Amino acid sequence: MATADDQFYREYILDHYKNPRNYGRLEHPDISHEEDNPLCGDVVGMDFRVSDGVIEDIRFHGRGCAISQASASLLTERLKGLPLEEAKKINKDDVLGELGIEISPARIKCALLSLKVLKVGAYGLADEDEE
Amino acid sequence: MAIQTFDVATIRKDFPIFETGIAYLDSANTSQRPRQVTGAMLEYFEKFNSNIHRAAYRIAEEATVRYEATREKVRAFINAASTKEIVYVRGTTEAINLVAYSWGRKNIKQGDLIVLTILDHHSNIVPWQILAAEKGAQIEYVDIDEKGELRQDQLAELLKRGPKLVAFNLVSNAMGTINPAREMVAAAKKAGATVLVDGAQSTPHQPVDVRALGCDFYAFSGHKMLGPTGAGILYGRRELLEAMDPFMAGGDMIKTVRIEGTTYHDLPWKFEAGTQAIAEVIGLGAAVDYLGGLGMDAVRAHELEITEYAYESLSDIDGLTVYGPPPSRRAGVISFALEGIHPHDLATIADRDQVCLRAGHHCAMPLMTRLGIPATARASFYVYTQKDEIDRLVTSIKEAQRIFA
Ligand SMILES: Cc1ncc(COP(=O)(O)O)c(C=O)c1O
Repeated sequence: MATADDQFYREYILDHYKNPRNYGRLEHPDISHEEDNPLCGDVVGMDFRVSDGVIEDIRFHGRGCAISQASASLLTERLKGLPLEEAKKINKDDVLGELGIEISPARIKCALLSLKVLKVGAYGLADEDEE
Repeated sequence: MAIQTFDVATIRKDFPIFETGIAYLDSANTSQRPRQVTGAMLEYFEKFNSNIHRAAYRIAEEATVRYEATREKVRAFINAASTKEIVYVRGTTEAINLVAYSWGRKNIKQGDLIVLTILDHHSNIVPWQILAAEKGAQIEYVDIDEKGELRQDQLAELLKRGPKLVAFNLVSNAMGTINPAREMVAAAKKAGATVLVDGAQSTPHQPVDVRALGCDFYAFSGHKMLGPTGAGILYGRRELLEAMDPFMAGGDMIKTVRIEGTTYHDLPWKFEAGTQAIAEVIGLGAAVDYLGGLGMDAVRAHELEITEYAYESLSDIDGLTVYGPPPSRRAGVISFALEGIHPHDLATIADRDQVCLRAGHHCAMPLMTRLGIPATARASFYVYTQKDEIDRLVTSIKEAQRIFA
């Protein structure tokens, strides 16, 4: 437990939190969606530009804890340039794997907020998927 | 008269959980429980476990006596006039829902005004919102000033409109503000309102006298005052309780049940339907005994000392903002924010050092919205809190600042 905790705020997570990638808004997004986590006040929104079935450009905005914001930043890196069909396959384990740290049950909602934005917003899927 | 004091180190020996090494700074959420409380519950389970009010054998009589004994202890603790005014409920939330349902549905009509405050806990907001929506009544919220204290001028204005009900907490769980309850109740009563005081955060931490306070209803939870979860109290003035219909219906709350109709039991049992939380109520009685032994003036004096120490220690930290009034006008609760560090990240880092800290909106989302913040970190104290635990919090905060620098 203690070792997992020591690793919790790894450098690259802090880096994504302090210097988020693909941060901001797109002018005329094809898809735009925002979700929040009322329990802690985390907010993540994403704008997508899609052309020929490929996510050509993506931006995210939001505020909240390091986990929610770093997770969103990491996800946008992965989504940029990805065919929609591929993006659809991204699941909870992929997102948690990318974060690479042990997330306690209390923080899992923070870690998966960006995935919820992707799923609910871009694909209209029911949000029980990533519980 | 000198206030009696107690020795925290001695008290902590009654709380086995501290042997785990935790610094527990979340007592406003739920308190720890001493051996005296868990012991009283265990004794019931092991020596006279049975249902109350229903059986003729000896252990059931013993269970009934112990269960009912809590009522007198609580009555004396809050200085109510009679045990008939002490209704057992699960906690503050159930107490307020009971009033909203049984009193509110009978007395709140279309166009009536209900006055609440921006400092209220969701449990003193949502039941009234439901009632107001059902009846077409209106709700107004008293705002706070920049020090986090309720705007008494605004309350005075709202009282001119003749509200039917005024409900507020004596102490805010989110900011620790101690509201001038006596004056507020007096003003509201003068304006003809019925008054409910949410005592969830006051009853555990300072002397309470419901008759001096003058309110009609007073609600609190046992689990925030060294007792177990699942047992709390609704105090209500007798005339009001007499005139109210039951909240839950079923076994034990009746006198006679016939096909043609039912007559209800006397107070307070009219409001206690079904098999009750017997062990929990017995545990609450033991908690009241424990607090009585310490003396509530001594409890408040100890918490004030800890709060002053924490307030100063935290205020010294760069980039840290404390919300709410100075220690003399707040209970043992300090809500704060750290620049550049989300409260949840701080709580996770503190947890690594076994420091239990709350992060979130504290069931006071209207207040968070009012302050323009999504969440705060909150440290809260009780009879067993010692300065060393505050020092550990400060160390965790500095560690978080180092990590996030
Ligand atoms: C001021 C206040 N009111 C009401 C409640 C609700 O108490 P319970 O959850 O025990 O019903 C709390 C506890 O969080 C509180 O702090």
